[in-house]
Amino acid sequence: MTEPVAPPLPGGGDWLRLHPATPLLKGGIGLIAVIGFVLANVRERLVEMFVGGPDSGDLFDELNRRGHLGWAIAIVVGGLVLGVAAFYLSWRMHTYRINDEAVEVRSGILFRTHRQARLDRIQGIAITRPFIARLFGAARLELSVAGQDAKVQLAYLRGSDVDRLRHDILLLASTRRAEEGAGAPASDASGSAGIIGRRVTELLAPELDPSEAPPESVVRISPLRLAGSLFASGATIFTIAGIVALGVLAASGRELGFVFLIVPAILGSAGYFARKVTRSLRFSIAATPDGVRVGYGLLTTSNDTLPPGRIHAIEVYQPLLWRPFDWWAIRINRAGHASSGSGSQPATTMLPVGTRADVDKVLGLLLPGLASADTRHLILAGMVSSGPTPGFAVDFVPAPRRGRWLRPFSWRRTGYALAGDAVLLRKGLVWRQLVAVPAARIQSLRIEQGPLSRALDLCSLTLDTVAGPVSATLSVLDRAGSISAFDAISRAATAAGALEDGSRWANGTSFGGPGSADPHPQRPEDVR
Amino acid sequence: MSDPTNVAGHDAQHPSDSSPVTKRVEIGGDWRRVSPKYIGVELVGVALFGVVAIGATAVFALTKWFAEPLGWILVGVAVVVTLVMFVIAPRRVRSIGYQLRDDDLLFRRGIMFHRVVSVPYGRMQLIDINRGPVARFLGLAELRFVTAAAATGVTIPGLADADADALRDALVSLAETRRAGL
Repeated sequence: MTEPVAPPLPGGGDWLRLHPATPLLKGGIGLIAVIGFVLANVRERLVEMFVGGPDSGDLFDELNRRGHLGWAIAIVVGGLVLGVAAFYLSWRMHTYRINDEAVEVRSGILFRTHRQARLDRIQGIAITRPFIARLFGAARLELSVAGQDAKVQLAYLRGSDVDRLRHDILLLASTRRAEEGAGAPASDASGSAGIIGRRVTELLAPELDPSEAPPESVVRISPLRLAGSLFASGATIFTIAGIVALGVLAASGRELGFVFLIVPAILGSAGYFARKVTRSLRFSIAATPDGVRVGYGLLTTSNDTLPPGRIHAIEVYQPLLWRPFDWWAIRINRAGHASSGSGSQPATTMLPVGTRADVDKVLGLLLPGLASADTRHLILAGMVSSGPTPGFAVDFVPAPRRGRWLRPFSWRRTGYALAGDAVLLRKGLVWRQLVAVPAARIQSLRIEQGPLSRALDLCSLTLDTVAGPVSATLSVLDRAGSISAFDAISRAATAAGALEDGSRWANGTSFGGPGSADPHPQRPEDVR
Repeated sequence: MSDPTNVAGHDAQHPSDSSPVTKRVEIGGDWRRVSPKYIGVELVGVALFGVVAIGATAVFALTKWFAEPLGWILVGVAVVVTLVMFVIAPRRVRSIGYQLRDDDLLFRRGIMFHRVVSVPYGRMQLIDINRGPVARFLGLAELRFVTAAAATGVTIPGLADADADALRDALVSLAETRRAGL
């Protein structure tokens, strides 16, 4: 390996400030409104005072008559000045720094906080551009690390800087330092384009910076398919049922107490649809040298970079109503929970809706080891078939027939397979699911048996991963078979964990694309 | 390093292994059991539960909250449940076991709802040692092995104080040699 050349640190390792419009974007708009309101009123009054006008006896006159007007104005102006000064000061005091080891943020005037996120602990980097911030050309950068509310937020930064900053952070966090360090593009020569032109270009720019990612996303979701997928979902049926119930109740003209229950539900589902749509529009997923990048959003755009080895569980699932169209969706578990307030939960949807080919491509990005030729049949079998797949060496270990007493339908599909560096779980006959857990990400392994399962000589097997939408549990497995699987999987988990230490990642080995058959894609030998 | 985790008795044979055809989930090996003194902690817990449950139902019965016989039936149920819990407490404690294997910690507990968990040492995020009031009186401690998954739930109760500390140090040093990220 070549001598690691230190890449240029953003800002030379000095403390940097955020976008000057930050206070405005962070709620200073209210202050502007107050200023505007007061100015408008005062201007009116001033005009009246000097030009003369009808006496209406309002607050100003009253104050004037009592001789307190000067005080009132002084208090209001003083408050405003104080507010502006506080905002300015908080902007001045809010600085960040990036060095080899960590990203640090200092903020607060009276109560200082100093937060540091180690680069080798980064679970993902998300860039969000809320609509109003986009008008100002600002963006928010979030580094998520594992733990409750343990993210470092840089809000707001210049939109043009933010992509380069992410690139630099990922570069620092990865091991690929030497070759890329010199070639980082520094294109600050866009000053002549004029501010309006720049804003327009930024607004229309594709979500993924073309220089930072392969130009095209591996999947393309047509708006028609998106609309169809939303329509063919349980939420739609629920909403329609609610509306019909409302109509019937209204028509029958009986007491309308029910309305107060149903209307909020319908409003809630409208919000759900809106969120779904905005999260899925312009969806893109692409491989970059530093991980998988997922982008979405129409007005408020986000994109999220997941470094290799940060995906803890993957689920390919198909709601019942999607089956005629052969549509599938993919979601993942990942460490690092956003705090609830900001509404920017880390993206766990890796494919809102797609065909089988799309699933294949996305799985190839997320888990390259799994998409090799000799395990591809497993994925297909895990998605659609039940029972054995003849003609292949590796196959799902099925649940025994006596499982039908507890799972009358899904026992046929219930099964697990240990394929390369991942454990595959197949379940659900009506709501088809295929769960893949990389062995290196299994936190613990559980085998459970209640009285009913004991009577039937069955047990359930759970792979514990970090919290998320995917749960990796199989319920009706043969007892003896599960015990040997328990041993095999725990050995695989230990071995895979020993192979990598999960912190720095070696570039190049991880994202060889769907064709790479490397069974251990995240190899850390040359890391330290 | 001598084995610091040699705590209570070893039982290579699980109590219910005696039946030739078992449908229980059994994993062989050298299971270590927790201190028999932990039964005391459990019994105090059951006693507290019993006092609260019987007391509450008795209040309902005496104030005739329910129709006449029902209140006393509830009291009876509470008494029976408490007695059953008293009787099975020693077996429940005996069902708790752990094993330090080469690469992972194995933990089991439960009679009716039996559970066996395997945690590779490298997945350790932190180890907690807690001492409740009764356990402290008996010189016992509880060791909690925390991973990044909240569902792991490996809590070994009823370790003698010194053993808990030794086990903690052993686990930490094992985890150190097998460090994994997340």
